Amino acid sequence: MPPIAAAVSTTGVRWNLVFRQAVLEATAAFALALLLLGPIVGLVLDGYQVRNELQRPLLIAAIIAAGRFLVTLAMHTPTGQTALERFNARRRQPGVLVVSASESDRQRWWLLAIVVVSLTLPLLASKYWLTVLIQAMIYVLLGLGLNIVVGLAGLLDLGYVAFYAVGAYGLALGAQYLDLGFWSALPLAAMLAALFGGVLGFPVLRMHGDYLAIVTLGFGEIIRLVLNNWLEFTGGPNGVSAPAPQLFGLEFTRTAKDGGVPFHEYFQISYDPLHRFIFIYLVLFLIVCLMVVVVTRLRNMPVGRAWEALREDEIACRALGINHVLVKLSAFMMGATVGGIAGVFFATYQGFINPTSFNFFESALIVAIVVLGGLGSTTGVIVAALVLTILPELLRAFADYRVFAFGVLMVLMMIWRPRGLIRPRRRAFEVKGLCR
Amino acid sequence: MSPSEPLLQIHELDARYGPIQALRQVSLYIDAGEIVTLIGANGAGKSTLLMSLFGDPRPAGGWVRYQGHDITGLPTHEIAKRGIAQAPEGRRIFAAMSVEENLLMGAIPVGMDHMDADLIKVFELFPRLKERRHQRAGTLSGGEQQMLAIGRALMSRPRLLLLDEPSLGLAPLMVRRIFATIQEIRDSGATIFLVEQNAHHALKLAQRGYVLVNGEIRLSGTGEELLADPEVRRAYLGGRG
Repeated sequence: MPPIAAAVSTTGVRWNLVFRQAVLEATAAFALALLLLGPIVGLVLDGYQVRNELQRPLLIAAIIAAGRFLVTLAMHTPTGQTALERFNARRRQPGVLVVSASESDRQRWWLLAIVVVSLTLPLLASKYWLTVLIQAMIYVLLGLGLNIVVGLAGLLDLGYVAFYAVGAYGLALGAQYLDLGFWSALPLAAMLAALFGGVLGFPVLRMHGDYLAIVTLGFGEIIRLVLNNWLEFTGGPNGVSAPAPQLFGLEFTRTAKDGGVPFHEYFQISYDPLHRFIFIYLVLFLIVCLMVVVVTRLRNMPVGRAWEALREDEIACRALGINHVLVKLSAFMMGATVGGIAGVFFATYQGFINPTSFNFFESALIVAIVVLGGLGSTTGVIVAALVLTILPELLRAFADYRVFAFGVLMVLMMIWRPRGLIRPRRRAFEVKGLCR
Repeated sequence: MSPSEPLLQIHELDARYGPIQALRQVSLYIDAGEIVTLIGANGAGKSTLLMSLFGDPRPAGGWVRYQGHDITGLPTHEIAKRGIAQAPEGRRIFAAMSVEENLLMGAIPVGMDHMDADLIKVFELFPRLKERRHQRAGTLSGGEQQMLAIGRALMSRPRLLLLDEPSLGLAPLMVRRIFATIQEIRDSGATIFLVEQNAHHALKLAQRGYVLVNGEIRLSGTGEELLADPEVRRAYLGGRG
């Protein structure tokens, strides 16, 4: 900002200049606020008449102008200057980026703390918060899965919800027609989703950017429409029920169906419907941990690097002997598998699913998680998934403004963190025999 | 492969982009251990020749033999696996990845076995890359990016290294350094096919050269012969014939 730099002389702050600038900026803010708010806040529709309430926008604009004035002044105090500097410095990207040994040690402690908190949280939570936590974990899983496709391989998939649906319906329909339980359906549904990923992957391999986004968007809608309209098989809009998980054959119900033993009777504790949710949460948490490990390892393996390289430059990749067809397909199928697993958990925790849960808004939300998290960053995606699922619950009182808040968040992110919450770090490679 | 057969032989190669014929009956050969250069003006078809012997676009006619095997029309990644590496025009490095990761990508056709030793070799050849190995490749200067592109190609232990305009957009001092390194790479046993617009440097370095004009080979000869040729001097070296 050149005007500020000019106002700060070598001997110190020239307050008369600062003052003039603050007045100018406050006036501009006042005019702008009045222009924007005047018609919206000032004119009130009352029956068939429009009532003039111009004092309201005037008041708001005055508050905004006063705020602007104070902010401008504050930016010239020593504390304001350092804050401004730090803010700008953070936006400048340093070129060197190694995860040093001491840093990864510190990260290990953080990790331990997070795991402990995550494991104790469900024991303290109410049923409502438990379902919120499960929902959040499902979105973490979805975010991690889509992150492989969009963040790492750079293939913009707007129909990711299709794989989520395949997983969910895999469990529900598998139980209905093949009499599969949760545990047998979990790997099968994941494989089914992978198969769908392959089916989608093949035709779209030649496409890039916008075209890929449109085709995947269509694919997502096709799956949803098929589920909605194939009444005899999927139950259509009426949905299907999905089985609850069991712990080595122990059911989480008050009384067991056909001769089984319920969990609470076996351990001789009183029945609590929460047990089922706690169990789902814990299994889900383990799967999420497993996924984090798998993704982290993959990123340091040739196939993970190939995904990222493909995102950067496809022609260079092919010239380096990389079979781009296989690499893209592997990213698609890997992402689809994770989506399918998330779907299975969604179905088992809901107990009942229908196609309305798998509309385009879900896909958009998952893409938003990946983008907000910082394309490619595992930590970022987890944080973004938690924020985007838990924050709306915390802000229930402002439910009407939820989408508005979402929009504001997006705009602010794009201004201050255009590369997402957490920029992916590159890991250093240990070279044996290389002196530093 | 008979002892007399060259490492790479291109025979009457045609390439076209739709109705436009980019290459017409191009024939040339490269013997093991040589530096061969191909010079030509913008749009003469130099890059097309490199790309089409790499399978993209697929040749419309003619054939390419490498180490006694026909590689015409193989998929690009198959050709790369046979020991031909390319530092493509415009470098095409992976900007968001670290320098080190870029180099590791180059090693994919040969697997992870020699990774450490090869990395050290590349760092010896380009000490600058060693200093910057943890940096995002996009933050390197143009010359450093060119070094990275060449280093990445070397990571696949190529017998034949194709370089597409390594001097493009570089300061004269950097050009000299890159060309000195090319000589070093050849001395360590690789064969080099150098496509250049910088005819003076390229012909001085190369044993033999070809001149490509409008998709056809117009002239060929040793580096000195071409340097002395009046047509080459007029068209590519800024001389007055």
